[in-house]
Amino acid sequence: MSNASNVAAAGPGERERDARKAERRRRRRVARDERAERARAARSGFANVANPRRSGLLTLVCAVFAVYCLFPFFYLLVNATKTQADFTSTFGLGLGRTFALWDNIRTVFTYDGGIFGRWFLNTVLYVVAGAGGATLLAIMGGYGLAKFRFPGRRAVFAVIIGAISVPGIALAVPQFLLFAKLNLTNTPWAMIIPSLVSTFGLYLMWIFSDQAVPTELLEAARVDGAGEFRTFFQVSLPLLAPGIVTTALFAIVATWNNYFLPLIMLKDSDWYPLTIGLNQWKDQASTAGGQAIQNLVITGSLVTIVPLVIAFLCLQRYWQSGLAAGAVKE
Amino acid sequence: MTQAASNVAAPLHTPVEQVRVNRHRADWRGWKFVWPFALVFVFVFVIPIMYAVYISFFQQRMIGGTRFVGFDNYARLLHDRQFWSAVGRVALFTVVQVPVMLFLAAAMALALDSMKLHGTRFFRISTFLPYAVPAVVSTLIWGFMYGAKYGLVGSFNGFFGTHLDVLAPGVLLASIGNIVTWEFTGYNMLIFYSSLSTIPHSLYEAASIDGASEWQIVRAIKLPELRGSLAITVIFSIIGSFQLFNEPSIMQNMVPGNAISTYYTPNMYAYNLSFSGNQSNYAAALAIAMAVITMAIAYVVQLRSMKEQMR
Repeated sequence: MSNASNVAAAGPGERERDARKAERRRRRRVARDERAERARAARSGFANVANPRRSGLLTLVCAVFAVYCLFPFFYLLVNATKTQADFTSTFGLGLGRTFALWDNIRTVFTYDGGIFGRWFLNTVLYVVAGAGGATLLAIMGGYGLAKFRFPGRRAVFAVIIGAISVPGIALAVPQFLLFAKLNLTNTPWAMIIPSLVSTFGLYLMWIFSDQAVPTELLEAARVDGAGEFRTFFQVSLPLLAPGIVTTALFAIVATWNNYFLPLIMLKDSDWYPLTIGLNQWKDQASTAGGQAIQNLVITGSLVTIVPLVIAFLCLQRYWQSGLAAGAVKE
Repeated sequence: MTQAASNVAAPLHTPVEQVRVNRHRADWRGWKFVWPFALVFVFVFVIPIMYAVYISFFQQRMIGGTRFVGFDNYARLLHDRQFWSAVGRVALFTVVQVPVMLFLAAAMALALDSMKLHGTRFFRISTFLPYAVPAVVSTLIWGFMYGAKYGLVGSFNGFFGTHLDVLAPGVLLASIGNIVTWEFTGYNMLIFYSSLSTIPHSLYEAASIDGASEWQIVRAIKLPELRGSLAITVIFSIIGSFQLFNEPSIMQNMVPGNAISTYYTPNMYAYNLSFSGNQSNYAAALAIAMAVITMAIAYVVQLRSMKEQMR
């Protein structure tokens, strides 16, 4: 009797937390077992019945492909250390006569009144507002689609699947005309608002919510009197964390690397993101009387990709497991 | 009839009545979470598409301004040689580049999944890394390397005394295909690899007990598993290559002469029509036509792969 009253006094929060803890423990246990299983499989090699040992030949073949994938990075790195004169006169894969990497980086950020820094900050703004917003909308949308059966749900699904197969250009021209009517072109909004929609992110979060959030847990929270949003923030969001990182990563890449949208929407170089800015620098060589600044283009490219490469290297665990969750459904 | 009558006659709190009431009360709670996405989606997707369809029925005239012309823009498209040459070019590109890329991606995914490699992690990350590079940067790097004057191809020619030119009109499309392959093989590899890694290991164990060879495991277990993700990758790749724009448009002035015209791909044609040619209405018709063509092809391909799966 006293035991029962204790439980009642503990309240919904306590029980919710316990349920979550138990669920987390269970997941950890499953993950550990699976890891052990995989390791054992790798050792005994039963996936490779005929030849359980590692193959040098296969590694070599894959190494050829890896060289193909990494080669342009190497070229970029080598040539970022050259002056403009060395770039046009020395061998592409060897070092130049002077090691000018630091000089180049400094020039990249000071050239033309430091416009590159401005482009960098613009890109960061578009990524934070656009990709950040896209992630938030995708999380909520995916969760809503996975965990509720509401009128119009099938219609939402059909429209989104249809929209994925519409080519970007079919959208770009009318998007531009529409934004021009609203006086939004040439402002950051023209870049941010279209970036807010990530259909791939929505799909990913939908499948992830479906699998990672047990419906019983939601029912328990509701029985305890938690509102839908409280349930969402306190129960579901922590369970969705790995999927959220994956969704955010892909939204960030899509926004950071976007070329077509800013190309049509922005005319004022003060609002350019890095991609458009770099292309403008590249084109400078071919305009009449333009100064060729290929060394700055190369070094600027390096500066542009470094943040994303670092993000991918650090978050490996997430983009792999997140995509794996997406693949389960198919 | 009697059933309904008895329902009405029954007291309010019978279970039958409750079920009926619940079935008819819609659960709108989901919209609380979906509406922000739906709102932005309507604004940046649905309205522009409808607007594009609308303006494609009009034409701007020197005299008389904009007027309704029905399907004239579409009729003009049918006889537009530049448009069809662009469509032919991306169709050729798709037929060659997509199979090559997906074959490489699937082969790499199978190799990574076989656990026979030294340093699987290194191969996984190095194959995927090009995906993190913006199209602008990858086109710039490859464009510089392709250069016959002071690029790597130039150095190669100087060293071996050859006269290779990968930017010549005849091979230019293949050079662009190489850039696209470099950019997206890793991404597709990861999708394949993810679906392979969901195969339960007990299946391999069972197969090995039954004495299956490794090749048999690949054929009987792994390849069927890949088929599901193949449908997705094929469709996204087709859509992607029909939209080819970034790479050729960035390379346009890195290539000597006029090898990349303003109508090199349908997307470039539409872009140039509307932003330098001031023919938004015609460009909208072109964009709609391309959307229909792309969706039709994607649909046919998907249908075929689905039928295969049913069999």
